[in-house]
Amino acid sequence: MIGILAAIGRAFLEGLAALGRLVMFAGTALGHMVRPPFYPRLIGRQMIEIGYFSLPVVALTTLFSGMVLALQSYTGFARFSAEGAIATVVVLSMTRELAPVLAGLMVAGRIGAAMAAEIGTMRVTEQIDALTVLSTDPYKYLVVPRLIAGATMLPLLVLIGDILGVFGGYLVAIYKLDFNAAAYLRRTADYLEFMDVVSGLVKASVFGFLVALTGCYHGYNSKGGAQGVGQATTNAVVSASILILVFNYIITELFFAK
Amino acid sequence: MSEPPNPPKIQLNGVRKAFGQKVVLDGIDYTLDEGESLVVIGGSGTGKSVLLKCILGILKPDAGSIRIDGEETVGVRGEEREKHLQKIGMLFQGSALFDSLPVWQNVAFRLIQGQGMERKEAKEIALGKLAQVGLAAPVAELYPAELSGGMQKRVALARAIASEPEIIFFDEPTTGLDPIMADVINDLIVASVRKLGATTISITHDMASARKIATKIAMIHGGRFIWAGDAKDIDRSGNAYVDQFIHGRAEGPIQMAVRRP
Repeated sequence: MIGILAAIGRAFLEGLAALGRLVMFAGTALGHMVRPPFYPRLIGRQMIEIGYFSLPVVALTTLFSGMVLALQSYTGFARFSAEGAIATVVVLSMTRELAPVLAGLMVAGRIGAAMAAEIGTMRVTEQIDALTVLSTDPYKYLVVPRLIAGATMLPLLVLIGDILGVFGGYLVAIYKLDFNAAAYLRRTADYLEFMDVVSGLVKASVFGFLVALTGCYHGYNSKGGAQGVGQATTNAVVSASILILVFNYIITELFFAK
Repeated sequence: MSEPPNPPKIQLNGVRKAFGQKVVLDGIDYTLDEGESLVVIGGSGTGKSVLLKCILGILKPDAGSIRIDGEETVGVRGEEREKHLQKIGMLFQGSALFDSLPVWQNVAFRLIQGQGMERKEAKEIALGKLAQVGLAAPVAELYPAELSGGMQKRVALARAIASEPEIIFFDEPTTGLDPIMADVINDLIVASVRKLGATTISITHDMASARKIATKIAMIHGGRFIWAGDAKDIDRSGNAYVDQFIHGRAEGPIQMAVRRP
């Protein structure tokens, strides 16, 4: 019995310690973010990597989510004759929840993993030590550009995702469910508030930061060759996904809880 | 107490480093004068790389003092540490070239990122350094992954000497190369070090390489320097450990942790 409790306690303490290390890593990185030198060229490259190259996957995800959302809510709401609400359901779900969360998770898989693998490989091949020896701070050179790019590009992706999601819902509603286009669009606009979109974009910014942070953190601390890099990649995606889900709740609570 | 006019280039005093229970460096003392080339020999996993990383400040020793030009480097941060790093170049074991950058940007990395030099000017210097290690201009545009191991080592050497450092570290410069390429690298190391007048510390277990580039040799075993002296005295050290190592015998006072059948 004691043995089981001790094991649970150890796992809990280990979890707290890992969280503490992540927070300290984030603190160090943020400290470096505001002090020169800055690397605009690297920030630009990361922005293209995260923003532009993630566009197809985010676009597909949100478009189909919007479509399936319209279809599902239609079949569900028809049971109590509330089909008219689906435009509102689609636009609110997409902007407040689905676009940021789905985009965050997709980008975690696509970008977080790539960051962990790239930085992890640099760690195990001593390239990070080489940066230090060549008078370049690895935090400033590797971590800061990725954090900035993550926190700024994901909101842009989500904004596009919002539009595509609503568009997906519109397509299904108009062409499959025979809604009136003008009425659908009016209902979409009528119940949408500015804060709905803003909360989604704030979420996106936080998620982008978290994806980059966990990717960099696990890559930076990976050890022991190919296996270690593989482990770092897995850890980066898993912890980014968990943090996204947790922060999603926290931010929703902050914005909308009365 | 007055400092002597020229303090030793690198001075190690009681440097200790442990990872958990495992003591890797257990009190290293050594004084290296300007222009000398120390080669540290010793088996795998005896802490040779750890020693270099302690001097670089990548690892922080648990105890002891490391002085460069008479100035303490242990525990210094920020600009102070940067000042020490400016003096040091390093050739990494696996070359550690940045694979996202073409060869010339690797060589010019410190000049561009660290010193803020114009890219055009830095490229000129990089091409000069590449020529010095026997690589022609077209190589400069290639990426590290497109080069052979020997060429990567030469690029790494060019990068280490590009900012003309006063101190250069070589971490197993010939490991993984064929004997002829290893000798080419040794010759290049000797030539470039002489040209710069640099003080160097190399770690290796390749005795041919050690004999070629060393003026001083120290052997590390059990976390300490168990023998140190002039390179020319290595064959008559009178030290059984050193003899076993330089002749590469399995039998002797050094017992490898392998189970015998």
